[in-house]
Amino acid sequence: MAGGFGEGFGSGVSDGATLGLADKVGPFSGGGGRFKRRSDNKTVTFGDSSAVHSKPLWSLLALILLMAAWYLTTHAFGLPGDVIDAAKAEDSRTHAAAVEKHQEAVDAFEVELAAYEVEAEEARAAGEDPPDRPDGPGKAPRKSPTSDKQFVTACNADPDCGKEAYTQIFRPTQLPTPRDTWNGFFTLSTVGFRNITIWEHTRVSLWRVARGMFFGTIVGVPIGMAMGLSSRLKSLFDTPVELFRPIPPLALIPLAIAFFGLGDRPAVRLLIFASIWIMIIAARSGTQAVNLSKVRAAYSLGASKWQVLTRVVLPNALPELFTGLRVALGVSWGTLVAAELVGTDDGLGAMIFAARQFFRTDVMVVGIVIISVLGVLMDIGLRFLEARLVPWRGKG
Amino acid sequence: MKELLAHELGMVYQVPKGEPVTALHDVSFELEGGRLLTLLGPSGCGKTTLLNVMAGFLAPTSGGVFLGGEPITGPSQDRGMVFQQGALFEWLTVAENISFGPRMNRVRKGEYNETVDDLLETVGLQGFGDKRVYELSGGMQQRVALARCLANDPDVIFMDEPLGALDALTREKMQGLVLQLWQETGKTVVLVTHSVEEALYLGDRMFVMAPRPGRIEKEYELPFAKIGLEVEPRELKASPEFIETREEVLSMIWDMEEQIMGGSN
Ligand SMILES: Nc1ncnc2c1ncn2[C@@H]1O[C@H](COP(=O)(O)OP(=O)(O)OP(=O)(O)O)[C@@H](O)[C@H]1O
Ligand SMILES: [Mg+2]
Repeated sequence: MAGGFGEGFGSGVSDGATLGLADKVGPFSGGGGRFKRRSDNKTVTFGDSSAVHSKPLWSLLALILLMAAWYLTTHAFGLPGDVIDAAKAEDSRTHAAAVEKHQEAVDAFEVELAAYEVEAEEARAAGEDPPDRPDGPGKAPRKSPTSDKQFVTACNADPDCGKEAYTQIFRPTQLPTPRDTWNGFFTLSTVGFRNITIWEHTRVSLWRVARGMFFGTIVGVPIGMAMGLSSRLKSLFDTPVELFRPIPPLALIPLAIAFFGLGDRPAVRLLIFASIWIMIIAARSGTQAVNLSKVRAAYSLGASKWQVLTRVVLPNALPELFTGLRVALGVSWGTLVAAELVGTDDGLGAMIFAARQFFRTDVMVVGIVIISVLGVLMDIGLRFLEARLVPWRGKG
Repeated sequence: MKELLAHELGMVYQVPKGEPVTALHDVSFELEGGRLLTLLGPSGCGKTTLLNVMAGFLAPTSGGVFLGGEPITGPSQDRGMVFQQGALFEWLTVAENISFGPRMNRVRKGEYNETVDDLLETVGLQGFGDKRVYELSGGMQQRVALARCLANDPDVIFMDEPLGALDALTREKMQGLVLQLWQETGKTVVLVTHSVEEALYLGDRMFVMAPRPGRIEKEYELPFAKIGLEVEPRELKASPEFIETREEVLSMIWDMEEQIMGGSN
């Protein structure tokens, strides 16, 4: 599921020179013949990577298997039947024992109370003051029958009361079932968690990523292109770029909190930091990738320096810029959720982290699934844009 | 037509670690306007260097080049260039590639549209204007490169092995196109090639160059290009005169290659 997300993250952490490698992997990659039956008559295909296509049915199968695995682990299927039976037997025993124990206390008190009534009657007949009631104000609270009575009533009403063995094998806090998660999702999207709906959290997160990517791109791309075009600017920016690039943005979260405090803006600044180096390097290598004969052809056709930049160097760098965008988006998405975990009180990361305190594992899982699905959707969106805007990619 | 003049051209490449390379030494010639000059010679004899100096991409370390008496100091649209391959803009359509020159010079759309259509027809690509260049075959791409160069109506056209990446049949067809364009437009053309046959067939004048240092070894005035379109090319290339010149040039180049091999061993 998290193909785009994980893939982008991996490439981002590794060397910028391998940017191009992020392309053409993952279940949603383009390439001719997708969703089409193979029409060529290749006799030998093993080892021929061009013969590897997407098979939608197999992808569907993977999804079904994933859901089935989830369902099975959360329904304790697969445990040996006698283990479950033993646990159930143990549970009905402990349940009965718990009720019995409290019922005994209630019964004992009844006896004590009856004895008291007799004693008090005798005292009144003799004209003396009656003794204190056993559940009176001066007595120890444990003598009070109310808690025991309540327990018995509650325990009889609750089928899980006193049952520990079964829930030890299968605790609902381990992983919510698909149904729980769906219900959680439904509540989250209507009522919300702590009065903020999941849509609101999602919107906040997406808006943060959009701003971070926007500023990272509009600052990073000109710097990267300048580095590709001028020896002086290249030398000037090389050192900071090479020094800052390997810092995982996550490592800066504590510092960012210390400097900028908690909230929306520090999170966005962190995302700018996460994307800017990737965009600089993509723009730099895209600029350097321009074929000398293209530039010379443009000059001999009467282009000015500015025209060479905007009509040749920039369009020529677009494929690399798109790869950079995709990598940066993956890294930003991962960084954002981590930053929200500790730094903000809204957004998907914050929602997941808040759910922890209430053991709302359904909320956590809903958040995680949304993060995964959005990561994939954003990558598909960029691939789509890429196919539209740079159809010449790889065909130069 | 402007005349192209090279005066005592010298080009020495400084190599970071090692001996400087003399790619051109004392190269002088005069080329009257409207002629088709072919440059032939073993690999590394400075053909590309000479072309780049004349196109204005490289400044010579000594001497100078003049077009119509004006010194050449940089690239300009009065000198077009056709590269072997990879110089088309793949983000543009065929028509947009051809109109690139006029658009850079801020010619209005209405004015260049007609030029583009004419050129598409001239190079035999009618109806391909809206295609992307990567959808075309190698031969068709070189047709686009020729048309793009002609759109600016340059005085001189330089071609560095323009047909070098094509298969033999396409290459022969394209040789016909080059001859046709040269005769129809009357432009000055300087064409670099590795093929002796091509140099003889297309060249109305031919320089055989020699390496170390790069220089003009021998000059030829050739009759074949002028009649190349009237006679059947295969017949022309099989004629005794053609074969005689071809063998002479071939043995000259073989001798040079042998000297290079002997010298480096
Ligand atoms: N930028 C450069 N720096 C150093 N030496 C160079 C450079 N360009 C060319 N040379 C050298 O200059 C000489 C001439 O090169 P040039 O490219 O002009 O040869 P050429 O005749 O075009 O060869 P080919 O037929 O292989 O294309 C060669 O020895 C080459 O190694
Ligand atoms: Mg060359």
